[in-house]
Amino acid sequence: MLEIKNLHVELEEEDKAILKGVDLSVEAGRVHAIMGPNGSGKSTLSYVLSGRDGYEVTDGSAMLEGDDILGMEPEERAAAGLFLAFQYPVEIPGVGNMTFMRTALNAQRKARGEDEISASDFLKLVRAKATELQIDADMLKRPVNVGFSGGEKKRNEILQMAILEPKMCILDETDSGLDVDAMKLVAEGVNALRSQGRAFLVITHYQRLLDHIKPDVVHIMVDGRIVKSGGPELAQEVEKNGYADIMAEVA
Amino acid sequence: MALPETKQTTTEARLAALDFPKDAGWTRGAREAAEARLRRMGLPGPRDEYWRFTRPDTLVQATPPEAALFDAGEAGIFRSMDCLRIVFTDGVFDAAASDDLALAGVTIERLADAAETDIHWARDLYGVLEARGQDPVERPFAALNTMAATDGVILHATGRVEKPILLIYDHESTTSDAVLHHLVKVDADAEITLLETGPGAARFNTAMEVDVADTGSFHHVRAQGRDHERRAATHVFARLGAESRFKSFTMTANGVLTRNECVIELTGDDAIAHVAGAAMGDGDFHHDDTVFITHDAERCESRQVFKKVLRNGATGVFQGKILVKEGAQKTDGYQISQSLLLDGDSQFLAKPELEIYADDVVCSHGSTSGAIDEEALYYMRARGVPRPEATDLLTLAFLAEAVEEIEDEALREEVVEHLTGWLERRRG
Repeated sequence: MLEIKNLHVELEEEDKAILKGVDLSVEAGRVHAIMGPNGSGKSTLSYVLSGRDGYEVTDGSAMLEGDDILGMEPEERAAAGLFLAFQYPVEIPGVGNMTFMRTALNAQRKARGEDEISASDFLKLVRAKATELQIDADMLKRPVNVGFSGGEKKRNEILQMAILEPKMCILDETDSGLDVDAMKLVAEGVNALRSQGRAFLVITHYQRLLDHIKPDVVHIMVDGRIVKSGGPELAQEVEKNGYADIMAEVA
Repeated sequence: MALPETKQTTTEARLAALDFPKDAGWTRGAREAAEARLRRMGLPGPRDEYWRFTRPDTLVQATPPEAALFDAGEAGIFRSMDCLRIVFTDGVFDAAASDDLALAGVTIERLADAAETDIHWARDLYGVLEARGQDPVERPFAALNTMAATDGVILHATGRVEKPILLIYDHESTTSDAVLHHLVKVDADAEITLLETGPGAARFNTAMEVDVADTGSFHHVRAQGRDHERRAATHVFARLGAESRFKSFTMTANGVLTRNECVIELTGDDAIAHVAGAAMGDGDFHHDDTVFITHDAERCESRQVFKKVLRNGATGVFQGKILVKEGAQKTDGYQISQSLLLDGDSQFLAKPELEIYADDVVCSHGSTSGAIDEEALYYMRARGVPRPEATDLLTLAFLAEAVEEIEDEALREEVVEHLTGWLERRRG
């Protein structure tokens, strides 16, 4: 599904290397997790894959189902099936949540040559998905993420994911700022979307989210590289011993 | 004090070129008084305090610059709504295109019929609020309007008027120079909605005097015409009685020069005055909102909400004042003027003013200039919304606070639809 090879990335303004040769292959139907200490480049990887400004790819490639996504605009990547659940979902005063989601879904469908969804079908779709995520009508009516609590913002991200039905979902520290109940709810939303044709890349600091979203593969990222990969037990090792042991081991 | 020579010369030249009814029945006295006012103050020059951001020369010169006609190729705003329509083409009443001037709850007359009688209730209004509005800031084009108006509507709302009155200003001559003056009197408990649309003329001067009695309500929604080369100086003067409500919203898209002046006096306790504007300028566009609200009674509320979206060298101006007189306690005044600059070539000039002589009031004001929020843009694009559509959504969101000042939902939706259409036609 997602094939990253030797990815090197610098900050455009500071001439500072962040990713120093990332290799990663995520297969359809699988959940991969990336863990790592602060500043290791985890979030940068998610931004570069989604097309955020300010980063320069100096080497390497990233392919989504065989297509090079690094040359695409963010909206083209989204239409191709890539979705990034933001660590800090952006507040957009004045733009209604429903309007935004419908505009996004129809823009993606249009880009793929599909028909737009009707207003009534969209309403049915949103209502069904929102109920599962315990998102009430008021949150749907409000401007995007404005006045939402941390937990509501993350649930709103998962709602958008459920509606847009992407192939490749990247979750950037979706657990940050969530209490245990909210995390369970978000994890259930993600688990409901797991399927043969869909892959996940879960970026997190802590193992606790991975108790709820069980990964198939765990990667440890340190200083812009993936230094170790393994099964779910790797996450538990990190939880027990921290990153120091692994960093010492690969140094 | 004598006028400076240049002012005297330009004013005389403009007066000499005016063509208006000299024998104008009950308006004669007001017209003569207005002419005297105008000769005393002279037409504005670029060094006048309230004309420093907006060059008055094309409004001053004896004949207007030519304004090419714009082929709209689309239905104009409000025209498909259920309204009583009154059409002026280049400032001339078009009876064939207008509805019968009959509507329950309101009497409708025309200013052009004033010559027929020397006595009319509107004699107590015509030029009266305009004259009051000359102090402390002079508004010479308003005096010119009172002196030289050729027509206009005279509305007297005595009850709840069932549907809006729509003034349509068509523009067919590239050199027309039109002056219209409207009068609106709203009785106690009466409520009326007045809509205006269209460019009006190559050069268009309008004045409207609105007298709202205690507990009366006046709603005004205006869409200023799309013709790119038209010029306009408009004036709204309002006097508000106790517990009355005044709401005015103006949408302006295009126009090489627009100066909208609004002068409101809150004279009765617990009155409400909201003035709002959404302007969108692309290229050779200069838009000026000059507002003066006087609180002269207790517990009144006023809001000024002005938003301008500017690009390709367009200019926006806001000069807004709140004056709270001694004794106008518990005044609630709010003023916001903001611009969204879509590129580095455009500019927004703002002069917010507060002058407060009462000690128990709440007055807030703010003025900002900003660009599109790049974070929001990236977020929307990452969800699949292409940049032009995302920019449009953020632009509409920016204008929303002004548009929401329109109380009627159908009118609000009509305005949003036209704003959306304007944005879509200009996608880069």
